[in-house]
Amino acid sequence: MTMARKLPLLTQETEAFWRGGAQGELRIFRCQACKTWIHPPTPICLHCDSLDVGPEPVCGRGHVTSFTINHQAWAPELDTPFVIAIVELVEQPGLRFLTNVVDCAVDEVAIDMPVRVVFEQHEDIWLPLFERDQPEANA
Amino acid sequence: MFDRVFEKDVAITGIGQSEVARPSSKSALRLSVDACLEAIADAGLTRADIDGVACWPGDNNNGDSFSPVGAPALKSALGLEVNWYGAGYEGPGPLTGVIEGAMAIAAGLARHVLVFRTITESSGRARNRTANALSNKTTGRDSSYYWQWYTPFNALSAINMIAMYAQRHFHDYGTKPEQLAQIALTCRRHAALNPKAIYRDPMTMDDYMASRMISTPLRMFDCDVHCDASTAIVLSRKDMAKDQPNPPIRIEAIGSALHQPWSWDQISLTEMVTGEVGRMMWNRTDLKPSDVDTAQLYDGFSILTLIWLEGLGFCPKGEGGRFIEGGGRIALDGQLPLNTNGGQLSGGRTHGLGYVHEACLQLWGRAGERQLVNPQVAAAAAGGGPLGGSLLLTRD
Repeated sequence: MTMARKLPLLTQETEAFWRGGAQGELRIFRCQACKTWIHPPTPICLHCDSLDVGPEPVCGRGHVTSFTINHQAWAPELDTPFVIAIVELVEQPGLRFLTNVVDCAVDEVAIDMPVRVVFEQHEDIWLPLFERDQPEANA
Repeated sequence: MFDRVFEKDVAITGIGQSEVARPSSKSALRLSVDACLEAIADAGLTRADIDGVACWPGDNNNGDSFSPVGAPALKSALGLEVNWYGAGYEGPGPLTGVIEGAMAIAAGLARHVLVFRTITESSGRARNRTANALSNKTTGRDSSYYWQWYTPFNALSAINMIAMYAQRHFHDYGTKPEQLAQIALTCRRHAALNPKAIYRDPMTMDDYMASRMISTPLRMFDCDVHCDASTAIVLSRKDMAKDQPNPPIRIEAIGSALHQPWSWDQISLTEMVTGEVGRMMWNRTDLKPSDVDTAQLYDGFSILTLIWLEGLGFCPKGEGGRFIEGGGRIALDGQLPLNTNGGQLSGGRTHGLGYVHEACLQLWGRAGERQLVNPQVAAAAAGGGPLGGSLLLTRD
């Protein structure tokens, strides 16, 4: 049995991130004035102070900044092992979030490994997960 | 540089601790009363003298047992007539209560503040094996500012985040498991000299390397040990402390900064908040890291201790693994005796105030078999990720 994912409550700021996968898009907040990407989403751009911010699709490619193979079954129905990672997107240095790397052997995951987004639907949410990408795709 | 350093007007005048058990047969409130009465008596005071109460994280029983007693319950149980009290999670880590209590005294709101921390995760785990998983924090959909970004990906324990810090530290600086092991091995050696420690049997490098992986690269022996315990300290206005029985231990400087986002994944993975906390603390004193006689640094997970050693300037950033290699520098007879009561890894997860309690025992010469030779300056720090604070304590 696989444990049900614990899902987030959607807000005006977060809905685009969690539901963009319905259209096959990873959507990240971006300042419309200075074009800085912003994550986690907030109503203000800390680079130029603009309040004109909102979601835009990114290309969905990135690399692994760090990762861990979780072996502990924190609940009896949690399938282990699995990989938790922090992925940095190619659009901007430091633009990153926590996710899972899926569809590859857990011991193949490494720091700097190129990855690309895949979506997994749970109820009304499309979790942005990542699978291994070809190195040249990130060139 | 700060032009007003309030904490120098505040002293620690008494300490207390309940039994540290796995589990305890006593209630959480009884453990709290045991610790607090001992601290009040140690300070040469009575309940009537205590006019402030502080604790962290307050009454926060998520996961059953993380913080079952808050300031209201403790204040009422002891019948304290307070002029100020306060508690809450949203501060600079497990030492928040000490910092806020000192602030209350310096601001003239109270003269003697009781600070306590009660935790009953051992009995909590016995009732519910998943009591510590973050998934138990709330029922239904998670709207919290931070956990909503982690729990959907089954990052259900703080170890998952902290394991990624360790992985990145290993990657960037060549830190090795055999080096990190010295935190656990050193704590176990020190715990053998602490009658209250949970785990006192010897641990070898082979034992450490053979312990099972929880979240790579962190093993079971990189994780602290749950217990039931309460720890308390009394803070007093410095001019009153001179009439109390213990030589006052002055709060020379505090560190409570957070310049980065409050986030476990946006913060520096290899430094966390320790760098800005350390810079703030050292900017509030003329003392230097080389003046510190003992360090009591958070070991909820072993890698956190290594990162605190770097962040507080006891060794350069990235050099933590080499600094602790072999364990000699951090032994009782080393240049920086570390976690002299066995820390939380072997002593028990008293969660924060245990480090202050041990620092005071050492500064007062009451640490029994593990007593250091006449220490004058102790550093204590607690927390991980964006949560973190530090104290520099000196014999007056």
